[in-house]
Amino acid sequence: MTTLDPEMAEIAKVFFQESREGLDVMESGLLSLDATADTENINTIFRAAHSIKGGSATFGFAEVADFTHGVETLLDEMRNGARPITAAAIQTLLQACDCLREMVAATEAEQPLDKDRIAALNADITHILGERPNHASTAGADSGAADTGAAHAAPAPTGAPSERRGGWRIVFEPVVDLLRARNEPTRMFAELNRLGVFTALADASRVPPLDELDPESCYLSWNIEIAGEIARAKLDEVFDWVDSRCRLEITPTGSSVLPAAELVTGAGAPRVLPNVAASTHAMTAPAEAQRSPASVSAPVQKAAGESGSIRVATEKVDNIINLVGELLITQSMLSGFADGIDPNDLDRLRQGLSQLARNTRELQESVMQIRMLPISFAFNRFPRIVHDLSRKLGKKVELKLLGEGTEVDKTVLEKISDPLVHLVRNALDHGLETPDRRLAAGKLETGTLELAAFHEGGNIIIEVRDDGAGLNKARILQKARERALVAPDQELSDEQIDNLIFMPGFSTAEQVSDVSGRGVGMDVVRRNINDLGGHVQISSREGFGSTIRIRLPLTLAILDGQLVRVGKEVYIISLLSIVETIQVARERVNTLAGRTEVFRLRDEYLPVVKLCDQFSVEPDSRSAADGLLVVVEADGKRVGILVDDLLAQQQVVIKSLESNFKPVSGIAGATILGDGTVALIIDVPDFIRAAAKHGVGAVAAHAA
Amino acid sequence: MVKRILAVDDSASMRQMVLFTLEGAGYEVLQACDGVEALDMARNSTVDLVLTDVHMRRMDGITLVRELRSLPSYKFVPMLILTTESSQEKKMDGKSAGATGWIVKPFNPPQLLATVARVI
Repeated sequence: MTTLDPEMAEIAKVFFQESREGLDVMESGLLSLDATADTENINTIFRAAHSIKGGSATFGFAEVADFTHGVETLLDEMRNGARPITAAAIQTLLQACDCLREMVAATEAEQPLDKDRIAALNADITHILGERPNHASTAGADSGAADTGAAHAAPAPTGAPSERRGGWRIVFEPVVDLLRARNEPTRMFAELNRLGVFTALADASRVPPLDELDPESCYLSWNIEIAGEIARAKLDEVFDWVDSRCRLEITPTGSSVLPAAELVTGAGAPRVLPNVAASTHAMTAPAEAQRSPASVSAPVQKAAGESGSIRVATEKVDNIINLVGELLITQSMLSGFADGIDPNDLDRLRQGLSQLARNTRELQESVMQIRMLPISFAFNRFPRIVHDLSRKLGKKVELKLLGEGTEVDKTVLEKISDPLVHLVRNALDHGLETPDRRLAAGKLETGTLELAAFHEGGNIIIEVRDDGAGLNKARILQKARERALVAPDQELSDEQIDNLIFMPGFSTAEQVSDVSGRGVGMDVVRRNINDLGGHVQISSREGFGSTIRIRLPLTLAILDGQLVRVGKEVYIISLLSIVETIQVARERVNTLAGRTEVFRLRDEYLPVVKLCDQFSVEPDSRSAADGLLVVVEADGKRVGILVDDLLAQQQVVIKSLESNFKPVSGIAGATILGDGTVALIIDVPDFIRAAAKHGVGAVAAHAA
Repeated sequence: MVKRILAVDDSASMRQMVLFTLEGAGYEVLQACDGVEALDMARNSTVDLVLTDVHMRRMDGITLVRELRSLPSYKFVPMLILTTESSQEKKMDGKSAGATGWIVKPFNPPQLLATVARVI
């Protein structure tokens, strides 16, 4: 790898990022090429490959450029219609995308490349290119196929290589509209003048009478002599841009070489002409085709994902978010302060404050928007995953993505990606049946897998739906009983049975496969989602399929919180985790052995967790019979949190306790309230897990 | 007077490389990411040189050159296309659309400056 100077290295970073995006575009394009060979799509794929090749060559990443050259050539032939688009070629191109992604990553990290893999794939591509000589394609592309190193070859000087250096005689007779493209003979002469001693004699015989003269045309031609030790290639370079737009004769002065052998007339050069003739037809066709579908290809353009975005470092955005959070706190401090002020000024102050509150909230919302990305960033991986996996499993699957534009915070997006992959793999592996089983069950041979995202309240809902076999409730219940996850005599609703699959160590697959593992997973999926402050649940109908529904907060930076009071302390519980809040009645509180209090809520016994004991604060009352019970849920378990009072519901800005103090179990973070005091945010999942360790966990919750 | 160059490329890294090189040499640079955007910019300002990539979405470089040449104010403005050496026919397409010349990719900053100096 060539070493770049610092500025170029900085720009190369942009290139790496851009290449990754380009590869994503190529991949998604290639996957949809399966179904339709639409022109704009293959052009998009080609352009992505072309940009990667151009960029890598420019920044000196020769291996990447060489490798991409073959890919580009193949794509070029496909889009010219010179080569059919076959499943095998698409598969090879997909593998090439994977390989390129690794090459780009290795190049960026300055790690060695996997040369064997590159060579193997290169051989595959060369093989495809060599399968059928392609006369209709461009001469350039063909030569590129034969020599994948062409990206670095110097532009070949036209004509037979001539080692001769010396003086030259040049006849230069331009077409009359030479100036139209701003090719100035004077500029060319200036360049010749730099090469050697130069004289030009103008031939004005073509100049028409004045009244017929077009001032924008060039009627002159020139006889030029240039003396010195000049290589022919240098002259070709000077006339390179005009050699099809003039009669050009270049002969050595006083040489022993036969003049005829060196004589090249621009338009008549036998080597150039067939190329032009052959290519004109080939090139205009796609250019036309490119234009016509553009107007009707809105969905394709959307899929290309070029959204005119700016790239901002996450820290910068976080910093702004932090400042806006501070502003929010100041505003709420001022509001509190206004309550105890001279009544005369109060109205105006209140008015100003409410305006400040509105502005602050709007500012915060628009700043938060910066961090919001469409869920398509997570969904985009799936066409490839489903494509590869269904091949491997021998299943036919149609993937539908819905609501890809639904926006969610970047951090949430990044963290939900892996659990989603797990759910999709699971649905493909265990949910959807093989084609013969589907046909036997009277279903369509091709199964459907849907990924849908939409907003609901302040949350984003993601659903993974399949029309497969659904969950086998009898077997799940049997397994759960075998593993003592459910008491032998316990009755469960269908919904409760389905959701048992999220219990640790649960797997009903008859065969452990390498696709979705050995039953470690669904519990991890649920834990990850709970850690994001979200919920997951599954509903299923045997024979008709399953739907997994994930509910997530839109952002992790602020939280819709319920403020609760215990003694003199205020705590915050995420509204999303609260199921209900009830006034506790004395007769429904029982004390189990070990002084654990449980509360009978309808048919369920809820363990009661006293915040006062957890945090050693003095409450108004020590009895579960006095106060309010906030029922919260996480990991499919519910507990009641006993508090003295419910205060306001408000959005709070989450401050990390870990970075400002140290991690505390049971606490997700802290926030600063309007009066300047710090309130701790209850980490409900962690709290429930901790409670389970002390013997008041889920099993007890379900035990009658 | 500072010469103004309109650089058109769909790749941000190529645009930055061109921008960095040309601005470093004292040119003023306008940037566009495809032909449609470039045409719009060109209509609203005057430039001394147009440098355009060929393959871009919405409008390619060849079409851009042809469209620009049809504008009276761009009749004599030099236009260079950025192309790969393997596409002789693109050069010819560019010529017939009215391009002044081309720069062969990959190029390094000195090559870019030398080529630009040939026309402005």
